[in-house]
Amino acid sequence: MSYHIKHHLTDDLLMGYSAGALPEAFNLVIATHISLCDECRARLGSFDALGGAVVDTVAPAPMSPGALSATLAMIAAHDNEIPPQTAPQTSSIFPAPLQAYVAGDLDDVAWRKVGGGVSQMLLNTSKDATVRLLKIPAGVAVPDHGHHGTELTLVLQGAFVDEHDRFAQGDIEIATKDTHHTPVAEEGMDCICLAATDAPLQFTGIIPRIAQRFTGI
Amino acid sequence: MENPTSDNVTDVSVLDDSDMGHIVVTAKGLRLTKADTSDRMAWVAHVQKIRDDQDTAAFAALFDHFAPRIKAFLMKSGASPDMADDCTQDVMATLWRKAHLFDPAKASVATWVFTIARNRRIDILRKQRRPEPEDLFWGPEHDPDQADVLALQQETEKLNAAIAALPEKQKVLIQKAYFGELSQSEIAAQTGLPLGTIKSRIRLALERLRHALG
Repeated sequence: MSYHIKHHLTDDLLMGYSAGALPEAFNLVIATHISLCDECRARLGSFDALGGAVVDTVAPAPMSPGALSATLAMIAAHDNEIPPQTAPQTSSIFPAPLQAYVAGDLDDVAWRKVGGGVSQMLLNTSKDATVRLLKIPAGVAVPDHGHHGTELTLVLQGAFVDEHDRFAQGDIEIATKDTHHTPVAEEGMDCICLAATDAPLQFTGIIPRIAQRFTGI
Repeated sequence: MENPTSDNVTDVSVLDDSDMGHIVVTAKGLRLTKADTSDRMAWVAHVQKIRDDQDTAAFAALFDHFAPRIKAFLMKSGASPDMADDCTQDVMATLWRKAHLFDPAKASVATWVFTIARNRRIDILRKQRRPEPEDLFWGPEHDPDQADVLALQQETEKLNAAIAALPEKQKVLIQKAYFGELSQSEIAAQTGLPLGTIKSRIRLALERLRHALG
């Protein structure tokens, strides 16, 4: 699947993903975007080639005696297993890496209301960052919020607009602690996003801030 | 295809005789193995022999070259020698099992092996799952065009040469990043990394693959 994508990942994020330096929550958003975006897939390929060059040029450390035969024995022991076929490319709006974290497809999402008509499902990752699916009804605004850290938002269905730009299916928005914005879902279709933050969102109004304590958004 | 160019290297020191006779050049601390395009094409052929014929001789040749490098990579990333040895065996077994997913028009064997080792490192050392993009691969009846494969492997060699020519400080930073020594905030992708041409090659290979998949 490949959409017409306008907003891409930065080189910093691609290199961090390639080097394995990012929290799991960010890795999920990035892997999901790349599943939809051949441009970023090719750019990631170039950063992986950098990693290949590092492996190519490291001074070799000799393996223990018998390591090759031990590895061949390990391979033989698994030989009668059915070779793992890759999941077929799906026509769902959820690419394979996201389906693995939802343990299913769009119909399997356990949505919880978080106020203002917005629903979410938190996905289970390591605690250094969080990632959630968000469903914003058509025409509805997510309360104005700033961020303590970095927030990545990937659009999976529909589109949203904020003061700065428009983000449609496959686009990724990168917000930093200096970004204050009010995304509004476009009319016509509910907007479904995958959003990762390395710090909790900060809603700027008093009411949303109280609500935040209860909803964990 | 080019021939090995062992006669035009300087300051030659052979570091490891398990290295199938590859010559290792020490230039300002960076050891550049003179793997050339013919080596890279041979490794590609080995992976295909594993996929098609479960060829253990081909596997042994890849193991001889790559296992000591993966082990070193994992040790640089913080694994103990024993853990790195075990982990490397897992990585090489994964290479066997996933041989059908390797696409030599998109990556060199070294690059592919790096991604497997990196994921294993995240799994073992950070105890995290590693979400990976959806696989895109040629079905069992197809292989990528041989000219595309050759072009990508040549591009890999040019990239390695370009990295070797970078200022020492920048090379060290790249190594640190890929050994997992830099945090997310410390990784600011270096400007001027010579990645443009290999990216265009991979992009082209993806377009052909999308076209073939219909």
